[in-house]
Amino acid sequence: MRLAVTATGPELSSSVDQRFGRAKYLLIVDLPERKVLAIENHAGMNAAQGAGVQAAQIVIDNKATVLLTGHCGPKAFRALKAAGVEVYLAPGGTVDEAVSRFEAGGLTPAPAADVDGHW
Amino acid sequence: MKIVIASGKGGTGKTTLSVNLATALAGEASVGLLDCDVEEPNCHLYLRPSFDATEPVGTPIPVVDEKLCTGCGLCAGACEFHALLALPGTPLLLPELCHNCGVCAYVCPEEAISEKDREIGVLGAGVLGSNQFGPPEAAGLYLRWGRLHVGEARSTPLVRAVKDLSDAPPLDIVIIDAPPGVACPAVEAMRGADLAVLVTEPTPFGLHDLKLAVETARLLDMPCGVVINRAGIGDSRVNDFCTVEGVPILLEIPDDRRIAEACSRGQVFSTLDAPFAARLRAFASDIEARVEKVAAA
Repeated sequence: MRLAVTATGPELSSSVDQRFGRAKYLLIVDLPERKVLAIENHAGMNAAQGAGVQAAQIVIDNKATVLLTGHCGPKAFRALKAAGVEVYLAPGGTVDEAVSRFEAGGLTPAPAADVDGHW
Repeated sequence: MKIVIASGKGGTGKTTLSVNLATALAGEASVGLLDCDVEEPNCHLYLRPSFDATEPVGTPIPVVDEKLCTGCGLCAGACEFHALLALPGTPLLLPELCHNCGVCAYVCPEEAISEKDREIGVLGAGVLGSNQFGPPEAAGLYLRWGRLHVGEARSTPLVRAVKDLSDAPPLDIVIIDAPPGVACPAVEAMRGADLAVLVTEPTPFGLHDLKLAVETARLLDMPCGVVINRAGIGDSRVNDFCTVEGVPILLEIPDDRRIAEACSRGQVFSTLDAPFAARLRAFASDIEARVEKVAAA
């Protein structure tokens, strides 16, 4: 399966970026082999609004079915839900650790957005 | 003649001045008061009209015909505001991000996108009668105001609707109560006015935002003057700025407890037996000459 994880850098050892729309990187991680495609999130970092929606479009275009991130706002959540992407909130640590916790069933899917827009 | 009452900073007294100017003029001319602060309209609290804002105002948003849509994603790619998201199948619309530009319908090769109105707020308009609710001075005043629905992100189309006077009676003077700030809704409220009256208070915050408001008026190529509200507090930096920039100070409203009390009771100043009330009346009766003078300078 394919995951998208927000990250502060392009490696599995990078920290999970707590922001979704304005995350520095989106890592597309293929499981179980953990092959990583790092996408720099230029557009979202610099967007005045709609950053979450743009990031959601990247997740959807890359055919990830699961997103691991720190927080997710209402518009991004709605977009991801419409595309059938499940959102899991990862409180911190590295991308590698978050993926391991996900694989071990240690993360639960977020039923709704956990922050307001522009938080 | 159109006069917009604006300010960079919120809470400086735009509505207070707008209502008092309009009621002071209402006896002498045919006056319209447009409350364009649609996120927080307040003029009607002073004027207590017998009518409410009930007329719906909408903006066009795209509707995708799922039978015609091939899911090509061109619409989502063309949307400058990321209001459309390309999903497998038909795109997802996030209506609060839509700026109603119509580019999605324009680029759709299947002509699968049409537009329909989505309500963003309501509008009220009418001539105030000499009813028992409002101040008698307001009788004959044409009031028009909008109220944005809670949660809507873009108020500009509603501001535009409040400024649309095609259904209004003929008016000699139009007073526009602008929203605070210098972003799109404030610019939309200011646009087309003959004079911008910028209300400020003599404080560092007041000065900071006044500078932005003066800059905005200049970008719009609009003559402007300043009204200092709560004069007597703070310092003289606003006066110094106006002198240096050549912006006339049109009126000073003193920091007077009686004014605050009248406002808190929803009363207009003309009911006050205070020197300030007379000064405002004189300012109002001279307003047309003042506008011409500021515009000529």
